[in-house]
Amino acid sequence: MQIVQIDAISTMQFISLLLVGGAVLLTLLRFLIGPTGADRVVATDVAGVIATVSVALAALFFGSALYLDLALLFGVLSFVGVIALARTMLGGRR
Amino acid sequence: MNIFQIDIIADLMLLIGSAFIFLGALGLLRMPDFYSRIQAGTKAVTLGAVALLIGVALHQPLWSSKLLLIALFILMTNPIGSSTLARAFMYKNKMHKKKYKDINS
Repeated sequence: MQIVQIDAISTMQFISLLLVGGAVLLTLLRFLIGPTGADRVVATDVAGVIATVSVALAALFFGSALYLDLALLFGVLSFVGVIALARTMLGGRR
Repeated sequence: MNIFQIDIIADLMLLIGSAFIFLGALGLLRMPDFYSRIQAGTKAVTLGAVALLIGVALHQPLWSSKLLLIALFILMTNPIGSSTLARAFMYKNKMHKKKYKDINS
């Protein structure tokens, strides 16, 4: 039984999906082994951009334009989170 | 132009964008310093994200206004975030040096 209908994807689209998945894995590795807290915040920033782009890719492959609003929401929340973490790294109001 | 060629160009843009995102994440993992890490992880990923959104817009031309909004948002906010991070790291190191100046020197 098939819940979500996905069209047949070409080879180049499959390779691009593999590359985006590998980028997520490398970012997660940097998040795990980062020596300082600032490296982890940079990894969070990059992961937010990759999440935005991959939600847009999901909109392409599922064929529904509703996912694009979700991608914009991911971008806004990632930006606000990175700014808040950078303010927290200095320790308080600044 | 034929529809078939537009499809191939869109797939090529998707491939270029995902390759830049992968190389940016690889630079984020392999670079030795914090500043070079933030440089590799932000510039290449921004370029890859914009190229990949152009590829999606070539596949579905009706969505191009919303995709343009997302691309403009990424182009405006990602350099601001990385600049704020580098500034916070620099001030944190400066405060740390001032706090322990008599021990270091």
